[in-house]
Amino acid sequence: MAHFPKPAEGSWTQHYPDLSTADASYEDSISPEHYELERKAIFGKTWLNVGRVEQLPKVGSYFTKEIDAARSSVIIVRNAEGIQAFHNVCRHRGNKLVWQDFPREETSGTARQFICKYHAWRYDLGGACTFVQQESEFFDLDKAKYSLADVRCEIWQGFIFINFDKDGTQSLVEYLGPLAAGLEGYPWGEMTAVYKYKSDIGANWKLFIDAFAEFYHAPVLHSRQATAEESRKLQQYGFEALSYQIEGPHSMVSSWGGMSPPKDPRMVKPIERELRTGLFGPWDKPFDIELPPALNPARHKAWGVDSFVFFPNFMILVWEPGWYLTYHYWPTAVNRHTFEAALYFAPAKNATDRLRQELAAATFKEYGLQDANTLEATQSMLESRAVSEFPLNDQEILLRHLHQTARAFCAEYVKTTPGAKPSPALV
Amino acid sequence: MAKLPADFADLEPFTDWCLAAEDDRFAKRYGSNMDEMQTFYDAVFPRMQDALAYLDKFDLDDLPEDAYNLLLLYYSLCTISFPVEAWRQPRVPDAGAAHISNVLAPAV
Ligand code: FES
Ligand SMILES: [Fe+2]
Repeated sequence: MAHFPKPAEGSWTQHYPDLSTADASYEDSISPEHYELERKAIFGKTWLNVGRVEQLPKVGSYFTKEIDAARSSVIIVRNAEGIQAFHNVCRHRGNKLVWQDFPREETSGTARQFICKYHAWRYDLGGACTFVQQESEFFDLDKAKYSLADVRCEIWQGFIFINFDKDGTQSLVEYLGPLAAGLEGYPWGEMTAVYKYKSDIGANWKLFIDAFAEFYHAPVLHSRQATAEESRKLQQYGFEALSYQIEGPHSMVSSWGGMSPPKDPRMVKPIERELRTGLFGPWDKPFDIELPPALNPARHKAWGVDSFVFFPNFMILVWEPGWYLTYHYWPTAVNRHTFEAALYFAPAKNATDRLRQELAAATFKEYGLQDANTLEATQSMLESRAVSEFPLNDQEILLRHLHQTARAFCAEYVKTTPGAKPSPALV
Repeated sequence: MAKLPADFADLEPFTDWCLAAEDDRFAKRYGSNMDEMQTFYDAVFPRMQDALAYLDKFDLDDLPEDAYNLLLLYYSLCTISFPVEAWRQPRVPDAGAAHISNVLAPAV
Protein backbone atom coordinates (compact mmCIF):
# COMPACT_ATOMS: atom_id res chain seq x y z
CA MET A 1 0.00 0.00 0.00
CA ALA A 2 1.53 3.29 -1.07
CA HIS A 3 1.48 6.05 1.50
CA PHE A 4 3.63 8.52 -0.39
CA PRO A 5 3.59 9.29 -4.12
CA LYS A 6 6.23 7.78 -6.41
CA PRO A 7 7.49 9.14 -9.75
CA ALA A 8 5.36 8.70 -12.88
CA GLU A 9 7.44 5.69 -14.01
CA GLY A 10 5.85 3.77 -11.15
CA SER A 11 8.97 3.37 -9.00
CA TRP A 12 11.95 5.38 -7.81
CA THR A 13 14.33 2.87 -9.37
CA GLN A 14 12.73 3.06 -12.83
CA HIS A 15 12.72 6.85 -12.59
CA TYR A 16 16.51 6.58 -13.01
CA PRO A 17 17.01 4.79 -16.33
CA ASP A 18 20.65 3.92 -15.57
CA LEU A 19 19.51 1.66 -12.75
CA SER A 20 18.32 -1.85 -13.48
CA THR A 21 15.73 -3.74 -11.46
CA ALA A 22 17.52 -7.09 -11.81
CA ASP A 23 18.91 -9.08 -8.89
CA ALA A 24 22.26 -7.74 -7.68
CA SER A 25 25.56 -9.52 -7.20
CA TYR A 26 27.56 -8.80 -4.05
CA GLU A 27 30.81 -10.11 -5.49
CA ASP A 28 32.04 -6.50 -5.25
CA SER A 29 31.97 -6.82 -1.45
CA ILE A 30 33.84 -10.10 -1.14
CA SER A 31 36.39 -10.20 -3.96
CA PRO A 32 39.93 -9.26 -2.78
CA GLU A 33 40.88 -8.40 -6.38
CA HIS A 34 37.94 -6.04 -6.61
CA TYR A 35 38.95 -4.37 -3.36
CA GLU A 36 42.42 -3.74 -4.80
CA LEU A 37 40.76 -2.04 -7.77
CA GLU A 38 38.51 0.04 -5.50
CA ARG A 39 41.51 1.27 -3.51
CA LYS A 40 43.04 2.78 -6.62
CA ALA A 41 40.00 3.61 -8.71
CA ILE A 42 37.93 5.11 -5.90
CA PHE A 43 39.99 5.99 -2.84
CA GLY A 44 42.93 7.09 -5.00
CA LYS A 45 40.80 9.27 -7.28
CA THR A 46 37.86 10.89 -5.51
CA TRP A 47 37.37 13.69 -2.99
CA LEU A 48 37.39 12.26 0.56
CA ASN A 49 36.02 14.15 3.55
CA VAL A 50 38.48 14.10 6.44
CA GLY A 51 36.89 16.50 8.91
CA ARG A 52 35.66 20.00 9.56
CA VAL A 53 37.29 23.41 9.83
CA GLU A 54 36.28 23.72 13.50
CA GLN A 55 38.89 21.03 14.22
CA LEU A 56 41.56 23.54 13.13
CA PRO A 57 40.69 26.70 15.06
CA LYS A 58 43.98 28.59 14.72
CA VAL A 59 47.23 28.80 12.77
CA GLY A 60 49.28 25.75 13.76
CA SER A 61 46.26 23.54 14.54
CA TYR A 62 46.62 20.18 12.82
CA PHE A 63 45.32 16.64 12.78
CA THR A 64 46.46 13.50 11.02
CA LYS A 65 44.27 11.08 9.12
CA GLU A 66 45.18 7.47 8.37
CA ILE A 67 43.74 6.38 5.04
CA ASP A 68 44.58 2.73 4.75
CA ALA A 69 42.79 2.27 1.43
CA ALA A 70 45.21 4.77 -0.10
CA ARG A 71 48.07 3.37 2.01
CA SER A 72 48.57 6.93 3.21
CA SER A 73 48.72 9.09 6.27
CA VAL A 74 47.96 12.78 5.82
CA ILE A 75 48.62 15.88 7.92
CA ILE A 76 45.89 18.51 7.68
CA VAL A 77 47.07 21.85 9.05
CA ARG A 78 45.96 25.45 9.25
CA ASN A 79 48.72 27.85 8.25
CA ALA A 80 48.76 31.54 7.34
CA GLU A 81 47.36 30.68 3.87
CA GLY A 82 44.44 28.63 5.11
CA ILE A 83 44.06 24.86 5.38
CA GLN A 84 46.49 22.56 3.57
CA ALA A 85 47.17 18.83 3.47
CA PHE A 86 50.49 17.00 3.20
CA HIS A 87 51.58 13.41 3.02
CA ASN A 88 52.79 12.53 6.50
CA VAL A 89 56.19 11.43 5.19
CA CYS A 90 59.57 12.93 6.06
CA ARG A 91 61.51 13.84 2.95
CA HIS A 92 64.79 12.59 4.43
CA ARG A 93 64.27 8.85 4.65
CA GLY A 94 60.55 8.39 4.82
CA ASN A 95 59.79 8.26 8.52
CA LYS A 96 56.22 9.11 9.46
CA LEU A 97 56.53 12.76 10.42
CA VAL A 98 53.69 13.43 12.86
CA TRP A 99 52.57 10.80 15.38
CA GLN A 100 52.38 10.30 19.12
CA ASP A 101 53.45 7.15 20.90
CA PHE A 102 51.80 4.83 18.37
CA PRO A 103 52.68 5.54 14.73
CA ARG A 104 49.47 3.96 13.42
CA GLU A 105 47.16 6.09 15.56
CA GLU A 106 45.75 9.43 14.48
CA THR A 107 46.73 12.48 16.45
CA SER A 108 45.95 16.20 16.65
CA GLY A 109 47.28 19.32 18.32
CA THR A 110 48.94 22.66 17.74
CA ALA A 111 52.45 23.14 16.40
CA ARG A 112 54.75 25.93 15.24
CA GLN A 113 56.58 23.49 12.98
CA PHE A 114 56.91 19.74 12.44
CA ILE A 115 60.12 18.02 13.55
CA CYS A 116 60.96 14.50 12.45
CA LYS A 117 61.59 12.15 15.36
CA TYR A 118 64.29 10.30 13.43
CA HIS A 119 67.00 12.85 12.50
CA ALA A 120 65.26 16.12 13.39
CA TRP A 121 64.60 17.59 9.97
CA ARG A 122 62.12 20.43 10.35
CA TYR A 123 59.23 21.66 8.23
CA ASP A 124 57.22 24.83 8.59
CA LEU A 125 53.40 24.84 8.57
CA GLY A 126 53.44 25.36 4.80
CA GLY A 127 55.47 22.15 4.36
CA ALA A 128 58.81 23.83 3.49
CA CYS A 129 61.91 22.14 4.86
CA THR A 130 63.55 24.68 7.15
CA PHE A 131 66.29 22.73 8.91
CA VAL A 132 68.50 19.77 8.05
CA GLN A 133 70.59 18.22 10.79
CA GLN A 134 74.32 18.35 9.83
CA GLU A 135 73.39 19.86 6.52
CA SER A 136 77.05 20.09 5.38
CA GLU A 137 77.32 16.27 5.40
CA PHE A 138 74.91 16.14 2.45
CA PHE A 139 75.90 16.67 -1.15
CA ASP A 140 74.86 20.14 -2.31
CA LEU A 141 71.48 19.63 -0.70
CA ASP A 142 68.94 22.29 -1.65
CA LYS A 143 66.33 22.34 1.11
CA ALA A 144 63.86 24.01 -1.23
CA LYS A 145 63.56 20.71 -3.11
CA TYR A 146 62.53 18.79 -0.01
CA SER A 147 59.19 20.27 0.96
CA LEU A 148 56.51 17.89 2.20
CA ALA A 149 54.56 16.31 -0.65
CA ASP A 150 51.22 18.01 -0.80
CA VAL A 151 47.80 16.46 -1.16
CA ARG A 152 44.97 18.32 -2.91
CA CYS A 153 42.75 19.86 -0.26
CA GLU A 154 39.54 21.88 -0.70
CA ILE A 155 36.75 22.98 1.56
CA TRP A 156 32.99 22.94 1.06
CA GLN A 157 30.73 24.50 3.72
CA GLY A 158 33.43 23.95 6.35
CA PHE A 159 33.92 20.26 5.42
CA ILE A 160 37.57 19.54 4.58
CA PHE A 161 38.18 17.16 1.67
CA ILE A 162 41.39 15.72 0.24
CA ASN A 163 42.09 14.01 -3.07
CA PHE A 164 45.06 11.72 -3.73
CA ASP A 165 44.78 12.09 -7.50
CA LYS A 166 47.68 14.45 -8.27
CA ASP A 167 46.60 14.82 -11.87
CA GLY A 168 42.90 15.29 -11.17
CA THR A 169 41.40 18.54 -12.38
CA GLN A 170 37.84 18.39 -11.10
CA SER A 171 37.26 20.82 -8.24
CA LEU A 172 35.54 19.67 -5.07
CA VAL A 173 32.44 21.77 -5.71
CA GLU A 174 32.15 20.39 -9.22
CA TYR A 175 32.57 16.84 -7.91
CA LEU A 176 29.94 17.27 -5.19
CA GLY A 177 27.48 18.65 -7.71
CA PRO A 178 23.90 19.85 -7.35
CA LEU A 179 22.91 17.79 -4.29
CA ALA A 180 25.63 19.48 -2.25
CA ALA A 181 24.86 22.86 -3.80
CA GLY A 182 21.33 22.45 -2.49
CA LEU A 183 22.66 22.01 1.05
CA GLU A 184 24.64 25.23 1.12
CA GLY A 185 23.67 27.69 3.79
CA TYR A 186 22.67 25.18 6.44
CA PRO A 187 24.20 26.43 9.74
CA TRP A 188 26.84 23.65 9.93
CA GLY A 189 29.36 25.93 11.60
CA GLU A 190 27.06 26.71 14.52
CA MET A 191 26.72 23.10 15.55
CA THR A 192 29.91 22.74 17.50
CA ALA A 193 28.91 20.38 20.32
CA VAL A 194 30.31 17.17 18.85
CA TYR A 195 30.07 13.51 19.89
CA LYS A 196 32.31 11.14 17.93
CA TYR A 197 32.21 7.36 17.81
CA LYS A 198 34.49 4.83 16.20
CA SER A 199 34.21 1.14 15.52
CA ASP A 200 36.16 -1.56 13.76
CA ILE A 201 33.65 -3.43 11.61
CA GLY A 202 34.18 -6.88 10.11
CA ALA A 203 32.44 -6.12 6.82
CA ASN A 204 33.07 -4.49 3.47
CA TRP A 205 32.72 -0.69 3.66
CA LYS A 206 29.79 -0.64 1.23
CA LEU A 207 27.72 -2.97 3.38
CA PHE A 208 27.50 -0.43 6.21
CA ILE A 209 26.52 2.31 3.77
CA ASP A 210 23.84 -0.11 2.53
CA ALA A 211 22.54 -0.39 6.10
CA PHE A 212 22.30 3.37 6.53
CA ALA A 213 21.02 4.10 3.02
CA GLU A 214 17.80 2.15 3.46
CA PHE A 215 15.20 2.24 6.21
CA TYR A 216 13.45 -0.90 4.97
CA HIS A 217 15.20 -2.69 7.86
CA ALA A 218 14.31 -0.15 10.55
CA PRO A 219 10.86 -1.38 11.65
CA VAL A 220 12.23 -4.94 11.80
CA LEU A 221 15.82 -4.94 13.05
CA HIS A 222 15.20 -2.03 15.41
CA SER A 223 11.64 -3.03 16.30
CA ARG A 224 12.19 -3.17 20.04
CA GLN A 225 13.40 0.42 20.15
CA ALA A 226 9.87 1.77 20.26
CA THR A 227 7.16 0.80 22.73
CA ALA A 228 5.57 -2.61 22.04
CA GLU A 229 2.36 -1.28 20.53
CA GLU A 230 4.18 1.29 18.44
CA SER A 231 6.62 -1.29 17.17
CA ARG A 232 3.78 -3.57 16.00
CA LYS A 233 2.23 -0.68 14.10
CA LEU A 234 5.52 0.33 12.51
CA GLN A 235 6.29 -3.16 11.30
CA GLN A 236 2.86 -3.50 9.74
CA TYR A 237 3.24 -0.14 8.07
CA GLY A 238 6.74 -0.92 6.75
CA PHE A 239 8.88 1.86 5.39
CA GLU A 240 8.41 4.22 2.47
CA ALA A 241 10.62 7.22 1.85
CA LEU A 242 9.24 10.65 1.04
CA SER A 243 11.73 11.03 -1.77
CA TYR A 244 14.94 9.72 -3.32
CA GLN A 245 17.33 11.85 -5.35
CA ILE A 246 20.29 10.69 -7.40
CA GLU A 247 22.83 13.09 -8.90
CA GLY A 248 25.92 11.56 -10.50
CA PRO A 249 27.73 9.39 -7.96
CA HIS A 250 25.84 10.93 -5.02
CA SER A 251 22.37 10.31 -3.68
CA MET A 252 19.93 11.02 -0.88
CA VAL A 253 16.84 9.62 0.82
CA SER A 254 14.30 11.81 2.50
CA SER A 255 12.39 10.19 5.33
CA TRP A 256 9.43 10.98 7.53
CA GLY A 257 9.61 10.91 11.28
CA GLY A 258 6.92 12.40 13.40
CA MET A 259 8.57 11.71 16.73
CA SER A 260 9.62 15.19 17.73
CA PRO A 261 7.36 15.68 19.50
CA PRO A 262 5.24 12.55 18.91
CA LYS A 263 1.54 12.87 18.21
CA ASP A 264 0.80 10.64 21.16
CA PRO A 265 3.31 10.74 24.05
CA ARG A 266 2.69 7.03 24.70
CA MET A 267 4.53 6.32 21.44
CA VAL A 268 7.89 6.99 23.11
CA LYS A 269 9.77 5.77 26.16
CA PRO A 270 9.27 7.48 29.55
CA ILE A 271 12.68 9.14 29.60
CA GLU A 272 12.05 10.61 26.14
CA ARG A 273 8.74 12.05 27.30
CA GLU A 274 10.30 13.41 30.44
CA LEU A 275 13.27 14.98 28.67
CA ARG A 276 11.66 15.90 25.31
CA THR A 277 14.32 14.20 23.22
CA GLY A 278 15.08 10.88 21.53
CA LEU A 279 16.40 9.30 18.36
CA PHE A 280 15.49 12.35 16.28
CA GLY A 281 17.29 14.59 18.77
CA PRO A 282 16.00 17.22 21.19
CA TRP A 283 12.41 18.06 20.21
CA ASP A 284 12.90 21.81 20.42
CA LYS A 285 15.06 23.49 17.77
CA PRO A 286 18.10 25.41 19.06
CA PHE A 287 17.22 28.32 16.75
CA ASP A 288 15.18 28.98 13.63
CA ILE A 289 16.64 27.24 10.60
CA GLU A 290 15.71 28.06 7.06
CA LEU A 291 15.98 24.84 5.07
CA PRO A 292 18.12 25.00 1.92
CA PRO A 293 16.40 23.49 -1.15
CA ALA A 294 17.99 20.01 -1.00
CA LEU A 295 16.47 19.35 2.42
CA ASN A 296 13.00 17.87 2.58
CA PRO A 297 12.74 18.00 -1.24
CA ALA A 298 9.14 16.77 -1.10
CA ARG A 299 8.39 19.67 1.32
CA HIS A 300 6.36 17.16 3.31
CA LYS A 301 5.05 18.16 6.71
CA ALA A 302 5.95 14.78 8.20
CA TRP A 303 9.61 15.21 7.24
CA GLY A 304 12.05 13.80 9.78
CA VAL A 305 15.54 13.24 8.38
CA ASP A 306 17.45 13.41 5.11
CA SER A 307 20.41 11.09 4.51
CA PHE A 308 22.94 12.10 1.85
CA VAL A 309 25.50 9.65 0.47
CA PHE A 310 28.47 11.55 -0.94
CA PHE A 311 30.45 9.02 -2.89
CA PRO A 312 32.44 7.17 -1.89
CA ASN A 313 32.30 7.00 1.90
CA PHE A 314 30.76 10.11 3.44
CA MET A 315 27.20 10.50 4.66
CA ILE A 316 25.46 13.54 6.13
CA LEU A 317 22.13 13.16 7.93
CA VAL A 318 20.20 16.32 8.65
CA TRP A 319 17.43 15.93 11.24
CA GLU A 320 14.29 18.00 11.32
CA PRO A 321 14.79 19.18 14.93
CA GLY A 322 17.97 21.03 13.96
CA TRP A 323 21.17 19.01 14.19
CA TYR A 324 23.25 16.80 11.91
CA LEU A 325 25.22 13.60 11.90
CA THR A 326 28.04 12.36 9.69
CA TYR A 327 29.21 8.83 8.91
CA HIS A 328 32.50 7.76 7.37
CA TYR A 329 33.48 4.26 6.30
CA TRP A 330 37.25 3.79 5.89
CA PRO A 331 38.10 0.44 4.36
CA THR A 332 41.05 -1.47 5.80
CA ALA A 333 40.53 -4.75 3.90
CA VAL A 334 37.94 -6.27 1.59
CA ASN A 335 36.02 -7.42 4.66
CA ARG A 336 36.94 -4.76 7.27
CA HIS A 337 36.53 -1.06 7.75
CA THR A 338 36.74 1.63 10.38
CA PHE A 339 33.36 3.22 10.93
CA GLU A 340 33.16 6.76 12.29
CA ALA A 341 30.05 8.63 13.36
CA ALA A 342 29.83 12.21 14.59
CA LEU A 343 26.78 13.98 16.02
CA TYR A 344 26.78 17.79 15.74
CA PHE A 345 24.51 19.87 17.96
CA ALA A 346 24.28 23.56 18.77
CA PRO A 347 26.18 24.09 22.04
CA ALA A 348 24.04 23.27 25.07
CA LYS A 349 22.87 26.41 26.88
CA ASN A 350 22.27 24.55 30.13
CA ALA A 351 22.23 21.12 31.75
CA THR A 352 18.78 20.30 30.34
CA ASP A 353 20.01 20.90 26.78
CA ARG A 354 23.09 18.85 27.45
CA LEU A 355 21.14 15.90 28.86
CA ARG A 356 18.79 15.94 25.87
CA GLN A 357 21.80 15.63 23.57
CA GLU A 358 23.23 12.88 25.74
CA LEU A 359 20.08 10.78 25.35
CA ALA A 360 20.05 11.34 21.58
CA ALA A 361 23.69 10.19 21.43
CA ALA A 362 22.98 7.18 23.65
CA THR A 363 20.04 6.24 21.40
CA PHE A 364 22.22 6.48 18.30
CA LYS A 365 24.64 4.01 19.89
CA GLU A 366 21.93 1.43 20.63
CA TYR A 367 20.87 1.47 16.98
CA GLY A 368 24.42 1.52 15.69
CA LEU A 369 25.34 -1.57 17.67
CA GLN A 370 22.46 -3.54 16.15
CA ASP A 371 23.39 -2.37 12.66
CA ALA A 372 27.09 -3.14 13.15
CA ASN A 373 26.50 -6.66 14.38
CA THR A 374 24.20 -7.55 11.49
CA LEU A 375 26.94 -6.57 9.05
CA GLU A 376 29.49 -9.07 10.21
CA ALA A 377 26.87 -11.79 9.81
CA THR A 378 26.07 -10.56 6.29
CA GLN A 379 29.73 -10.41 5.27
CA SER A 380 30.46 -13.97 6.33
CA MET A 381 27.37 -15.35 4.58
CA LEU A 382 28.16 -13.46 1.36
CA GLU A 383 31.66 -14.91 1.54
CA SER A 384 30.19 -18.40 1.65
CA ARG A 385 29.02 -17.73 -1.94
CA ALA A 386 26.13 -20.12 -1.25
CA VAL A 387 23.90 -17.52 -2.90
CA SER A 388 25.17 -14.98 -5.38
CA GLU A 389 22.19 -12.96 -6.64
CA PHE A 390 20.02 -10.82 -4.39
CA PRO A 391 16.80 -8.94 -5.15
CA LEU A 392 16.73 -5.27 -4.13
CA ASN A 393 13.42 -3.49 -3.70
CA ASP A 394 12.51 0.08 -4.57
CA GLN A 395 13.31 1.31 -1.04
CA GLU A 396 16.83 -0.09 -1.55
CA ILE A 397 17.49 2.08 -4.59
CA LEU A 398 20.45 3.89 -3.04
CA LEU A 399 22.28 0.59 -2.45
CA ARG A 400 21.82 -0.35 -6.07
CA HIS A 401 23.14 3.04 -7.08
CA LEU A 402 26.11 2.90 -4.69
CA HIS A 403 27.33 -0.51 -5.85
CA GLN A 404 26.75 0.35 -9.48
CA THR A 405 28.67 3.62 -9.11
CA ALA A 406 31.56 1.92 -7.33
CA ARG A 407 31.76 -0.71 -10.06
CA ALA A 408 31.64 1.98 -12.75
CA PHE A 409 34.65 3.77 -11.20
CA CYS A 410 36.54 0.48 -11.21
CA ALA A 411 35.57 -0.33 -14.78
CA GLU A 412 36.68 3.11 -15.92
CA TYR A 413 40.00 2.63 -14.13
CA VAL A 414 40.55 -0.73 -15.81
CA LYS A 415 39.76 0.81 -19.19
CA THR A 416 42.14 3.73 -18.80
CA THR A 417 45.02 2.17 -16.85
CA PRO A 418 47.52 0.09 -18.80
CA GLY A 419 47.97 -3.33 -17.22
CA ALA A 420 44.89 -3.10 -14.96
CA LYS A 421 42.73 -6.23 -15.07
CA PRO A 422 38.99 -6.47 -14.39
CA SER A 423 38.04 -8.16 -11.11
CA PRO A 424 35.51 -11.02 -10.84
CA ALA A 425 32.94 -8.39 -9.81
CA LEU A 426 33.24 -6.63 -13.16
CA VAL A 427 32.76 -9.58 -15.48
CA MET B 1 32.35 12.89 52.00
CA ALA B 2 29.21 13.70 50.04
CA LYS B 3 29.71 13.71 46.28
CA LEU B 4 26.34 15.26 45.40
CA PRO B 5 24.69 18.56 46.38
CA ALA B 6 22.95 18.34 49.77
CA ASP B 7 19.47 18.45 48.18
CA PHE B 8 20.26 15.15 46.49
CA ALA B 9 21.64 13.26 49.50
CA ASP B 10 19.08 10.50 48.79
CA LEU B 11 21.01 9.67 45.60
CA GLU B 12 24.40 9.27 47.34
CA PRO B 13 24.18 5.43 47.29
CA PHE B 14 24.42 5.59 43.49
CA THR B 15 27.50 7.76 43.03
CA ASP B 16 29.49 4.86 41.60
CA TRP B 17 27.50 5.75 38.45
CA CYS B 18 29.18 9.19 38.33
CA LEU B 19 31.52 8.33 35.46
CA ALA B 20 32.92 10.99 33.15
CA ALA B 21 33.53 8.80 30.08
CA GLU B 22 30.67 7.39 28.03
CA ASP B 23 32.59 4.16 27.45
CA ASP B 24 32.91 3.72 31.23
CA ARG B 25 29.19 4.30 31.75
CA PHE B 26 28.43 1.78 29.02
CA ALA B 27 30.85 -0.76 30.49
CA LYS B 28 29.24 -0.39 33.93
CA ARG B 29 25.84 -1.00 32.37
CA TYR B 30 27.09 -4.17 30.63
CA GLY B 31 28.60 -5.28 33.95
CA SER B 32 25.38 -4.71 35.94
CA ASN B 33 22.30 -6.87 36.35
CA MET B 34 18.71 -5.70 35.81
CA ASP B 35 17.93 -5.48 39.55
CA GLU B 36 20.82 -3.09 40.09
CA MET B 37 19.81 -0.94 37.15
CA GLN B 38 16.12 -0.95 38.06
CA THR B 39 16.96 0.19 41.61
CA PHE B 40 19.15 2.96 40.24
CA TYR B 41 16.48 3.98 37.72
CA ASP B 42 13.70 4.00 40.32
CA ALA B 43 15.72 6.28 42.58
CA VAL B 44 17.07 8.68 39.98
CA PHE B 45 14.26 9.02 37.43
CA PRO B 46 11.69 10.65 39.77
CA ARG B 47 14.28 13.27 40.81
CA MET B 48 15.19 14.26 37.24
CA GLN B 49 13.14 17.47 37.06
CA ASP B 50 14.46 18.57 40.49
CA ALA B 51 18.01 17.82 39.37
CA LEU B 52 17.64 19.75 36.12
CA ALA B 53 16.04 22.72 37.89
CA TYR B 54 19.03 22.71 40.25
CA LEU B 55 21.64 22.28 37.50
CA ASP B 56 20.13 24.81 35.10
CA LYS B 57 20.95 27.58 37.60
CA PHE B 58 24.66 27.12 36.84
CA ASP B 59 26.75 28.06 33.87
CA LEU B 60 27.61 24.70 32.22
CA ASP B 61 31.28 25.67 31.87
CA ASP B 62 31.47 26.50 35.54
CA LEU B 63 29.70 23.67 37.36
CA PRO B 64 30.79 23.06 40.96
CA GLU B 65 32.10 19.53 41.42
CA ASP B 66 29.03 18.22 43.27
CA ALA B 67 26.73 19.58 40.56
CA TYR B 68 28.91 18.02 37.87
CA ASN B 69 28.63 14.66 39.67
CA LEU B 70 24.86 15.05 39.68
CA LEU B 71 24.89 15.67 35.93
CA LEU B 72 27.07 12.57 35.42
CA LEU B 73 24.53 10.53 37.35
CA TYR B 74 21.90 11.58 34.80
CA TYR B 75 24.22 10.76 31.88
CA SER B 76 24.25 7.27 33.37
CA LEU B 77 20.45 7.30 33.54
CA CYS B 78 20.52 7.85 29.76
CA THR B 79 22.93 4.92 29.40
CA ILE B 80 20.67 2.53 31.32
CA SER B 81 17.35 3.83 30.01
CA PHE B 82 17.23 1.36 27.12
CA PRO B 83 17.87 -1.73 29.27
CA VAL B 84 15.23 -0.65 31.78
CA GLU B 85 12.59 0.84 29.50
CA ALA B 86 12.93 -1.26 26.35
CA TRP B 87 15.32 -4.21 26.31
CA ARG B 88 14.69 -5.73 29.77
CA GLN B 89 18.32 -6.85 29.60
CA PRO B 90 21.65 -5.02 30.01
CA ARG B 91 22.90 -5.75 26.50
CA VAL B 92 21.61 -4.32 23.23
CA PRO B 93 19.63 -7.20 21.69
CA ASP B 94 21.18 -8.70 18.56
CA ALA B 95 24.33 -6.63 19.04
CA GLY B 96 26.60 -9.62 19.73
CA ALA B 97 30.21 -8.61 20.20
CA ALA B 98 29.88 -5.36 18.24
CA HIS B 99 31.59 -2.48 19.96
CA ILE B 100 31.25 1.26 19.30
CA SER B 101 33.61 3.48 21.21
CA ASN B 102 32.96 7.10 22.12
CA VAL B 103 36.10 9.04 21.20
CA LEU B 104 34.91 12.62 21.71
CA ALA B 105 32.15 14.36 23.67
CA PRO B 106 31.50 17.97 24.68
CA ALA B 107 33.66 19.01 27.64
CA VAL B 108 30.80 18.83 30.18
S1 FES C 1 63.67 10.30 8.28
FE1 FES C 1 63.03 12.22 8.99
S2 FES C 1 64.85 13.19 9.50
FE2 FES C 1 65.50 11.28 8.79
FE1 LIG D 1 19.70 0.68 11.27
